[in-house]
Amino acid sequence: MNAGKSPLFLKALALSVSGILGTVTAFIIVSGIEAVIGGQGFSFFSSVWNPNAGHFGILPMIHASVLLAVSSLCVGWLLSLGCCCVMNGLAPKYIADAMMMILTVMTAMPTVVYGFAAVFLLVPVIREAFGGSGFCWLSAGMILALQSVPTMTLVMDASVRSLSSQTRITAETLGMTPAQHLCRVVLPSSSKALLSSAILGLGRCAGDALLPVMLAGNAVRFASSPLDSMRTLTAHISLVLSSDIGGGEHLSLLLSGALLLAFCGTVSIISGSIIRRRKHEA
Amino acid sequence: MKRETFIKILSWLSFFTVSFGILSLVIFLIIRGISSLNLRLIFGTVPILEAVTGARPVWDGIWPAMAGTLLLLFVTMAIVIVPGISCGLWLSCFASERGRSVVGECVNVLAGIPSIVMGLFGLEVIILLRRTFLPNGKTCLLLSAFCLAVLVMPALVTAVRSAADSVPHGLKVTAYALGMSEAQTVRHIIIPSAAPGILGGVILAMGRAMEDTAVIMLTGAVANAGLPTGLTGKFEALPFRIYYTSAQYTGAEELAQGFGTALLLLLMSETLLITARILQRRLLRKWRG
Repeated sequence: MNAGKSPLFLKALALSVSGILGTVTAFIIVSGIEAVIGGQGFSFFSSVWNPNAGHFGILPMIHASVLLAVSSLCVGWLLSLGCCCVMNGLAPKYIADAMMMILTVMTAMPTVVYGFAAVFLLVPVIREAFGGSGFCWLSAGMILALQSVPTMTLVMDASVRSLSSQTRITAETLGMTPAQHLCRVVLPSSSKALLSSAILGLGRCAGDALLPVMLAGNAVRFASSPLDSMRTLTAHISLVLSSDIGGGEHLSLLLSGALLLAFCGTVSIISGSIIRRRKHEA
Repeated sequence: MKRETFIKILSWLSFFTVSFGILSLVIFLIIRGISSLNLRLIFGTVPILEAVTGARPVWDGIWPAMAGTLLLLFVTMAIVIVPGISCGLWLSCFASERGRSVVGECVNVLAGIPSIVMGLFGLEVIILLRRTFLPNGKTCLLLSAFCLAVLVMPALVTAVRSAADSVPHGLKVTAYALGMSEAQTVRHIIIPSAAPGILGGVILAMGRAMEDTAVIMLTGAVANAGLPTGLTGKFEALPFRIYYTSAQYTGAEELAQGFGTALLLLLMSETLLITARILQRRLLRKWRG
């Protein structure tokens, strides 16, 4: 269709969306860079966080973010793969329907509700079972993995479902069982959807603020066991409400925000381009 | 181990893990929250009419938080609806190949921005405004609504776009064949046909705006503000109240109220989701026949 004929206001409003994105990105990234330049005395990329002594290293937070995101992604991705297979022929129809219903309900469940229920259900269980306070990497990772399942499963399911319906009859004629059909035909050819769902999930896991704040304990340290408390970048931003504008704590927030934005933006671009390339090939 | 066996074990394991996890959380919430889920939770001991009109302040109920959330939702939707729907329609109906890929990519990236970063953005904007031309500016409801609007914009755009895309091509071609211009086709054919899907998208966006906590906790939500006083005042909100209770509760009564609030927010979110689903399914059925 001809783009020139569209009503002008519609085009202007559509382009304003890109404008908003540009503003937000530029604002956060520039503030982050400014923080690095203006706060050279604060040595942000060190491992010591001690505001009273003027040490504002955010390496422990970066470490915690990476650990938490990667660990919950690994668990969550495997769960999603399983859920996706359940919905595509590995289980009886009523199980598949039940799975779909559960996932749909999960998509609308507020993060704060996950967190609230977990604080009073999961945390005491962990405390009883393993000792410690219960607010740790393990609790946050478990709930984060659970929370990321519906997003990833729905991305996988869209591709797996269409591929499996295209090839099902052929596979059945060749005498393949549903499990063989999934493992040998459908999953290998939807590897790109599986990859892009993992990348999308990584962005979600790294960007979630509420679950780490509520469940991970928020101590600034390098966690070495799943029972250690940790503070992620996102939790760091939500916790430090310092009125000291321009001071080290405030600048460290800006730097954390810029890092998160850069990471999640890259992740969206990569996963988007994988999906788009798949559409072109199809 | 054979690949098939592995996948089978993984599937059943995931099914049981995910359903066990989610059911235990939900059932736990219901058991602990159902007893406090009543009008007293919302209005405390104040008569409903006086509470709603603000004649008497509600101290022991969550009405201020609920009113804050409703007003916040209203303002957010007022900001986001026109640009969101227009952008979706433009992407689906008018955009050139290049415009579509550029704007589509922007929407995609915007969708990936974590909500806490959006909150930080709001905070920085107000700091910048204080330094320049609003020396008395502070975080407020309008700022929260603006940041939430940017946050839910991609969800709305994507939903509107796919609703407009799902209108059968034949219908558009027929409209052109009858001599309608593109603008007329969109106005009289595509918007009415895609209306349930567009409405569904609006409701989904409302659901996301309602549940988000990270944005509002940096941009003006507080624990004790009473009823919202206006667009430039601090406010209470349901998700923030739940978050606050989980960390700062002082007694069994507050905790019970927290469970009631969490259950209420869950029910509200699920209601919005179900409404949106019904609308979108109606749209699909309409065209598949």
